[in-house]
Amino acid sequence: MIYLDNAATSWPKPPEVTNAMADALERAGGNPGRSGHRLSIAAAREIYEAREDIASLFHVSDPLRVIFTCNATHAINIALKGLLKPGDRVVTTAMEHNAVMRPLRSLERQGIHLTVVPCARDGSLDVNKMVKAVNSQTRLVVMIHASNVSGTILPVVEVAAIARQAGALLLADAAQTAGAVSIDMPAMGIDLLAFTGHKELQGPPGIGGLVIGNAVDVLQIEPLICGGTGSRSETEEQPGELPDKYEAGTPNLVGVAGLRAGVRWLRERGIESIENHMKELLKELLEGLSQIPQIKVYGTLDPEKSMGIVSFTAANKRVSEIGMRLDEEYGVLCRVGLHCAPAAHKTIGSFPEGMVRLSPGVFTTVEDIHTAIKAIEAVVRT
Amino acid sequence: MIGYGVVLFHTTSSAIRAEKLLEREGYAVKLIPTPRELSSDCGIALRFDWSQQEQVRSSLDAAGVEIDSIHPL
Repeated sequence: MIYLDNAATSWPKPPEVTNAMADALERAGGNPGRSGHRLSIAAAREIYEAREDIASLFHVSDPLRVIFTCNATHAINIALKGLLKPGDRVVTTAMEHNAVMRPLRSLERQGIHLTVVPCARDGSLDVNKMVKAVNSQTRLVVMIHASNVSGTILPVVEVAAIARQAGALLLADAAQTAGAVSIDMPAMGIDLLAFTGHKELQGPPGIGGLVIGNAVDVLQIEPLICGGTGSRSETEEQPGELPDKYEAGTPNLVGVAGLRAGVRWLRERGIESIENHMKELLKELLEGLSQIPQIKVYGTLDPEKSMGIVSFTAANKRVSEIGMRLDEEYGVLCRVGLHCAPAAHKTIGSFPEGMVRLSPGVFTTVEDIHTAIKAIEAVVRT
Repeated sequence: MIGYGVVLFHTTSSAIRAEKLLEREGYAVKLIPTPRELSSDCGIALRFDWSQQEQVRSSLDAAGVEIDSIHPL
């Protein structure tokens, strides 16, 4: 089996991740912050250490500004719904995932004003268009760091500078980039970063986070949910301290432990070496697909401007048939359709049919890519 | 003579952070259930040697660890 659906969720996971999850339940299975016994304290330590590891990954000095969530979608919802009020102006791009678009459309009905900046057909964003859209009235710019459809990397550093100059905050959706490329939040000018654990960070599904930069006043961001935190139990009001303000309810200790092990595994390997490996795989994929005349590949076609994601259509076959045959006849697993991102597919010109998406992972080999290319060739030919 | 003191925190994260910091600096500290008479918080507090009260307080201050209060036990 060749798993090329790592942009949906990475698989397999490093064995260290699975082990850390089992170990957390056995060794630290108390409820963190609720009780004072050893198992509760051990769980609290595990989660705190994970906060430090995540803070250091994104170069944030205060680990308490790492808020654990279920996934990137949850983190994005905290930021958007917590921050935006009726009348606020928000700017986003035409490459967004529904994790951003759906909460924004919902907030639009409640009175926020949304500007969607168009992108080019290869998924890239012309910074000049962002300059025109962002002004002193803009409260927030929210953008995907790299497209989950075409892999195209968006110019988040340039846009962050534009946002800062206008006095707006920048929220980056790093679902596809966290763990795959180095992210230095203060240096890049990212105020709020939403990440998920189960993709390039090598963790399990069900854990993600919102990292709140030092410059963001958290009084501006209301919590999405309220409830028990183990702290200030004398009051029926949600506490204001971080991270408790945004972390009501018993946390996902097992998920956090797995995420932490994934982050440590990445750090040992080095993100740069993983980045180089992905560029090599991407180059092989693009070269191989370019030899198949029936196939049209979308995106920048440049491994330097793209994550390890390649999407294509075939002139003579529906994407759903390609996906099914690759799985059933050749054991090549990929994702077909709209990838929860209708805006991006409209930008690229593949709406509503969708595309076949191939996304190798850290464990994919060049040989796997060659085998997959042969399988694709056979499927589109017959 | 008072033997121990205790630092109370608003969040568990701050308590763990304080424990890590003070242990690294060589203090003998221990996380304990928050004494009920001192606070109704259901979490944990950090016990330390009361004779080191000033040093503990300034270490936590210097590192920017948010605390609720410090009490003799």
